[in-house]
Amino acid sequence: MSLGRTVGCVHREPRRRGRLSAVLLKLDVNFFDWTILAIYFTLVVAIGVMARRAIATSEDFLLAGRSLPAWVTGIAFISANLGAIEILGMAANGAQYGMSTLHFYWIGAVPAMVFLGLVMMPFYYGSRVRTVPEFLLRRFNPATHLFNALSFAAAAVLTAGVNLFALALVINALIGWPIWVSIMISAGFVLAYITLGGLSGAIYNEVLQFFVIVAGLVPLVVIGLHSIGGYAGLKEKVTHTALGANSFHTWAGTAVGHWSNPLGDWIGIVMGLGFVLSFGYWTTNFAEVQRALSAKDLNSAQRTPLIGSYPKIFIPALTIIPGLIALVLVPKLGQLDKAGNPTGLPYNDAIPVLMNKFLPNGALGIALAGLLAAFMAGMAANISSFNTVFTYDIWQTYLVKGRRDGYYLTVGRIVTVVGILIGIGTAFIASGYGNIMVYIQLLFSYFNAPLFATFIVAMFWKRATPWAGFWGLIAGTVGAAAMHFGGYHIAYFYPGGVFDPSHMTMNEQMLNFYGALTAFVADVVVTVAVTMVTTSKPEAELAGLVWGVPDPNAPDPNTVPKPPWWASPKLLGGTSLGIVLVLSFIFI
Amino acid sequence: MVEPVSDATPASADTPQSAASKLFDIRLLIGGLFTVYGVMLTVAGLFTSASDLRKASSININLILGIGMLLLGGFFLVWHRLSPKRVEPTPDQPEGTESP
Repeated sequence: MSLGRTVGCVHREPRRRGRLSAVLLKLDVNFFDWTILAIYFTLVVAIGVMARRAIATSEDFLLAGRSLPAWVTGIAFISANLGAIEILGMAANGAQYGMSTLHFYWIGAVPAMVFLGLVMMPFYYGSRVRTVPEFLLRRFNPATHLFNALSFAAAAVLTAGVNLFALALVINALIGWPIWVSIMISAGFVLAYITLGGLSGAIYNEVLQFFVIVAGLVPLVVIGLHSIGGYAGLKEKVTHTALGANSFHTWAGTAVGHWSNPLGDWIGIVMGLGFVLSFGYWTTNFAEVQRALSAKDLNSAQRTPLIGSYPKIFIPALTIIPGLIALVLVPKLGQLDKAGNPTGLPYNDAIPVLMNKFLPNGALGIALAGLLAAFMAGMAANISSFNTVFTYDIWQTYLVKGRRDGYYLTVGRIVTVVGILIGIGTAFIASGYGNIMVYIQLLFSYFNAPLFATFIVAMFWKRATPWAGFWGLIAGTVGAAAMHFGGYHIAYFYPGGVFDPSHMTMNEQMLNFYGALTAFVADVVVTVAVTMVTTSKPEAELAGLVWGVPDPNAPDPNTVPKPPWWASPKLLGGTSLGIVLVLSFIFI
Repeated sequence: MVEPVSDATPASADTPQSAASKLFDIRLLIGGLFTVYGVMLTVAGLFTSASDLRKASSININLILGIGMLLLGGFFLVWHRLSPKRVEPTPDQPEGTESP
């Protein structure tokens, strides 16, 4: 199941479940585990109820009143990304690709998070825009704004629905509930805590969920490694699987021209994943940036992605390692016969199957609570960004302008309910026609691919004109789609350069990276070209939005209290990059 | 923490005051939840059955996880105790009287 929005991180794999998974995955949940789950979900709703009294304005509801401390928004920043699809997908990637999966974290996330905190956040938070599309409205024009706001809103509700469906599938395999029961119950919980508590409710639940999911995953790693002879034992045993000796070297086989790494060559990894896809997701996806915009001041907003980068560095220990353990311990994991039918459990089941195998009641309840909470967080993050973009960028900007703030607060609440209803509908469609969802998500990944190009030009080149912004986005979207379709016919994307007419062996991740690169280049070229023939905005309108055009209304930097040394964004970001650099050399 | 909360709201006579300062402190909830879970798992860990132990590769995971969760819960409660959330002087009741 692939989600364009999560940097193509998520595992692509046909979801065909047979009786096999029902037998192997059914958990032995007892009264103790149910008590743990009941306590957790009572608290989930309680957070929504208690956060309600802190809501008096539309910004209280949609942006948590811009009042949260950096450690809360920082954990929420990473938690909004740490949905269950991401966790299960990364374990699957670990089992299929080995340590190369680390690229999705160290190249494909941390540098972009540091860049967002140090370079881009002053433009977002400093200009006091309420959403990412609103930045495009002020920097470019309504056409660019509407294009981005509509594609974001549509993708967000759809992704929410996909999360809901994936959750229902997992509950069905683990506990045996019918799909529709799980969809309705979990949507009900999300509805309760974000309609009542707004973004504060969503963010507080994300913070709680982060600690519970970590507490759920750590036992799997501890027990798994112990049973397999420690890290050395794992390494030795993985070498004897299909992954082979290179599976513990992240950069092995990435030579341009004759790649053999499961993620392709280094140009695709560094430029496609590390630069275009990663920066596009982390710095322009409103579901992420919104967490930083809810921070209480600029320094806290800057520190939001920087604080989030520290857990991101170490999360692979909780996803990739269980994936590799499952690869060794579960016979035929992820294997297909010649016709492409599964002969064992799919890779996506790596973590559930280990939960079943190792965890006694108690620890099992915690892991289950973490997993269910992570699915709901995946949905809630999308709905709570959808309602903000729809209320401010579509309803208030184009449909009903200039009403009192209380009116937009009500609209925000109604839109939240509508978004969840659409999510439920999407989940039911997905349960009937799985392939349609895959194609629609692919379509949205084309819209995401060029976003970083547009934003980086917008922030650093004041001449870029309003229409250049619009046509750049269009060109990038078309470029991504063209590369995706054309790539299937290019032999270079097949292992060993051998074209396979059935497209079975094609390296989809590598094509994904190259598609992003194409989108970036097309976007920049067209943006520059259109700028040459159209008129720029006067500088006065760009104040605070572009590098080198300061906002005359901004507070004098000398009067803003200087943060203590430990809260310096440069120090936090530099340390984070330093840790990644050291770890990268260890796992080279 | 000393910045006024109203600076981000659009200037308009109709705009009500933000109520964001009334938001409760999440540290209390995290601390409470993990303390409760920690006690539950630690007690369960003290009575672990032989079959559970065998399942978990002879690690008493409930005991270890329970103690770990107690420590985390304790950390958040102590942190909250040592530096309670400061609120701007508003007519509302102080934060300390809010309970989960």
